Amino acid sequence: MDGVIAFLTDPKNWTGTTGIPNRLQEHLVICGLAVLLAALIAIPIGLYIGHTNRGSNFAINLANIGRAIPSYAMMVIPVPLTLTLAETGLYDPTFGLVFLPPFLAMAFLAIPPLLVGTYAGLRAVDRDLIEAGRGMGLQERQILSRIELPIASSIIVGGLRTATLQVIATATIAAILGGGGLGRFIFDGLNQGVVGRPSIYAGAILVTGLAVGVDLLLARIQTALTPVALRKPRGTASRGWTRFSEVPRGGGEVTNLA
Amino acid sequence: MPPGTKIFDISWTLGHLAQIWERIVQHFQLIVVPLLVGIVISLILAVWAVRRRWAYAPITLITGVLYTIPSLAAFAVLRPITGLSFITAWIPLTAYTLLILFRNFTAGFTSVPSEILEAAEGMGYTRRQRLFRVELPLAIPLMIAGIRLASVTTIGLATIVAVLGDQFGGLGQLITEGIQTFFPTKYLLGAVISVVLAVGADFLFVRLERLITPWSRARAGAN
Amino acid sequence: MPMLEGRHQAAVVEFDHVTKQYEAPARRATGASTPGAVNDLSLKVPAGKICVLVGPSGCGKTTSLKMVNRLIEPTSGRILIDGVDAATRELTDLRRSIGYVIQQVGLFPHQTISDNVATVPRLLGWSKSRQRERSEELLGLVGLDPAKYRSRYPTQLSGGERQRVGVARALAADPPIMLMDEPFGAVDPIVRDRLQNEFLRLQESIAKTILFVTHDIDEAIKMGDLVAVFQTGGILAQFGPPLDILAAPASEFVARFVGQDRGLKRLSLLRVADIPLRAPTTVRVGDEIGHARQRVAGDPMHYVLVVDDASRPLGWAAEADLAGNGVVVADMANPVSPTVNKRTTLKDALSMMLDADVQTGVVVDRTGAVQGVVTIDAIAKKMREGEHSPAFDDLAMLAPEEEDGFDGEGLPIRPDAGAADQAAVEQGV
Repeated sequence: MDGVIAFLTDPKNWTGTTGIPNRLQEHLVICGLAVLLAALIAIPIGLYIGHTNRGSNFAINLANIGRAIPSYAMMVIPVPLTLTLAETGLYDPTFGLVFLPPFLAMAFLAIPPLLVGTYAGLRAVDRDLIEAGRGMGLQERQILSRIELPIASSIIVGGLRTATLQVIATATIAAILGGGGLGRFIFDGLNQGVVGRPSIYAGAILVTGLAVGVDLLLARIQTALTPVALRKPRGTASRGWTRFSEVPRGGGEVTNLA
Repeated sequence: MPPGTKIFDISWTLGHLAQIWERIVQHFQLIVVPLLVGIVISLILAVWAVRRRWAYAPITLITGVLYTIPSLAAFAVLRPITGLSFITAWIPLTAYTLLILFRNFTAGFTSVPSEILEAAEGMGYTRRQRLFRVELPLAIPLMIAGIRLASVTTIGLATIVAVLGDQFGGLGQLITEGIQTFFPTKYLLGAVISVVLAVGADFLFVRLERLITPWSRARAGAN
Repeated sequence: MPMLEGRHQAAVVEFDHVTKQYEAPARRATGASTPGAVNDLSLKVPAGKICVLVGPSGCGKTTSLKMVNRLIEPTSGRILIDGVDAATRELTDLRRSIGYVIQQVGLFPHQTISDNVATVPRLLGWSKSRQRERSEELLGLVGLDPAKYRSRYPTQLSGGERQRVGVARALAADPPIMLMDEPFGAVDPIVRDRLQNEFLRLQESIAKTILFVTHDIDEAIKMGDLVAVFQTGGILAQFGPPLDILAAPASEFVARFVGQDRGLKRLSLLRVADIPLRAPTTVRVGDEIGHARQRVAGDPMHYVLVVDDASRPLGWAAEADLAGNGVVVADMANPVSPTVNKRTTLKDALSMMLDADVQTGVVVDRTGAVQGVVTIDAIAKKMREGEHSPAFDDLAMLAPEEEDGFDGEGLPIRPDAGAADQAAVEQGV
């Protein structure tokens, strides 16, 4: 325990490439980019499927399969490919080893929750509202942006929450490839035997802190986006879990954490 | 990669089938106990919790927070001693299955409409009969969905556990060794086989869900 | 007829100063609305009769019902079933001997219809074959073709079909008592009407003691041999046959609850047979016209009823219609009056006459032959009879004059529950 505190308070651990700030930044960068990429792919598809309700079966099945795939496995599979591509000079081989494969895996695995979240969010919009919109002469695009999105946004953020947690967890493991991120504290510690114990625990605490913090932030945003009428009154058991028959919100959707 | 490394070395694979198979078996050994134990404990807890609605809020809160913790961090912290056998891995793996299953099991029970329970009680079912003959069968679809998720997740988590030490074995072992020795064949084998296992299990459970609930397949068609 | 050896007699159900109090805040039953309290309820339901508990929401009618099978336990008082305190009986035994039907039916989705119906027999340990036989028998009894329905699942049935299965399930073990909590509330009015009619017909053959809860006063009047009107707070406002409730409401509340049209409601409980018929002046087709004209002159209304050889009515004729010489022919008659029979309710008869804008309806028998005429006046007179407003407490209730229309125990026979509506069943209602 004291070793951990010593580790966390040691100024050496706050400077340089191996310092906490840098590792944190590395972690955030890869996670952020992965989620961004996934969102760019998943959300438009989700919007289309949710709005038109076409192809939903296919999308849901795909999402289920994506949910099943182990992230560690997913992370290493692209390695031979990215390394071979590196030989063409497109990018640095190190980049092709420690960044690209996990990045691609994270983006790939973040697509299902974002897709499902977007789809579910749109499906949760009262059909009557949409009909009313059509009746008033709104175009499909306007219906989407003015009616559906505002109402669906909280559930979409729920999907974002799930995706982000998954990505943060995966990035932690990605450090095994030699890249950056908070996972490095854990792996470096593992490699040092008994001496490395504080590093391991410190890494665990740091990455947990990041995950919990991000989750809380997104949860706040999610609540803020929920139309006031639908919010659960204070004091009742809400914290992310509503009745299962309702649309999954954020932490309610249970996914692959690895 | 060292130059000349084949991406996938078939002859090596064929030559090491026994080792590969051993890893697969180890992987099963890693996941079976946590799943079974998780199911039993979650079932008991769920039945317990359904009778006490006041327990929902705190339990949900706790499981929700625990769920946010990245698995590697959790494993790293929970790993008490290196050098032991599977049991060391079983503890965190079981913990995760509990998180998933408890939530899904209770959801299964609360999904049973109250009028059905009332009708059952009014007709003279005992508490026990009601649980086993009415609540449980009707909770099964959501429960199977939970078991499906837990299985698939555990298969994935079991690959990570190997990162912490090589006494656990399993497919994660293949992956880790392959990475550390820059030997693609190994980590690709480990990765692909674990993906196949996970997706296959998912598929099997979907079939199981459909098989067990003939009444949900029968949709109103007559009138 | 049911196949059981030794049919259970219907049981007598008695509430003896039953009270149910809830501590504040009232505990909520799972999923149900807050149950109402019950305040010193005492009433007795004779064996084989339908007693309807009716009243506004929160009046304690459902609570009272649920105390019979002890889903809710009374705070004080006893509920006696054939003289035995229900509280002294073993709980599951008691419940298995009481049929229970609720509004949402509560069929088990994971079991076939046949298994659902055989639920209590299964709990009682009947053999599989006996269960199956009983299931088939009951499905037939409630109007569902066993071959078609036995292997289906509840989700495949319509609302009306499910309600029928619910009733069949409640009857499976031939219980001496049935509790029904708004059983027909969840279906649309047309289906509800048919289900009510069929259930009344069913009751004619099974004659069980039935406690039936509804918030609909019309349903109460239609279904009940006895009606218990509750008011908010769990107080029994009035208990008696429907005619009593309509004719002599015991309080302002009951009068209001029954509705302004209670006079008309009474009419739906009475039939043409209950009022005196007038004998019309008749002429037959083929009679000599001059003779016919004489008869017209002799009639106080100056109309005659033209009938054929079989005494079937063809219409009315005034003197002007009987012009010229020769014989009376059918064309001379104006077929304006509706025809009714003795079993037609007074409400229907009145309605028909108003629709046709006439004062008289012709009463015919099964062959179609004229038995007499019924007038709006006669009906109105019947309405005024026995009328009791709560403001005039000293007005004694007039005993109904007619003898027929009442069964041996002095309770009115309800109007015919309607011709068998096979079409309804075939449509899967």
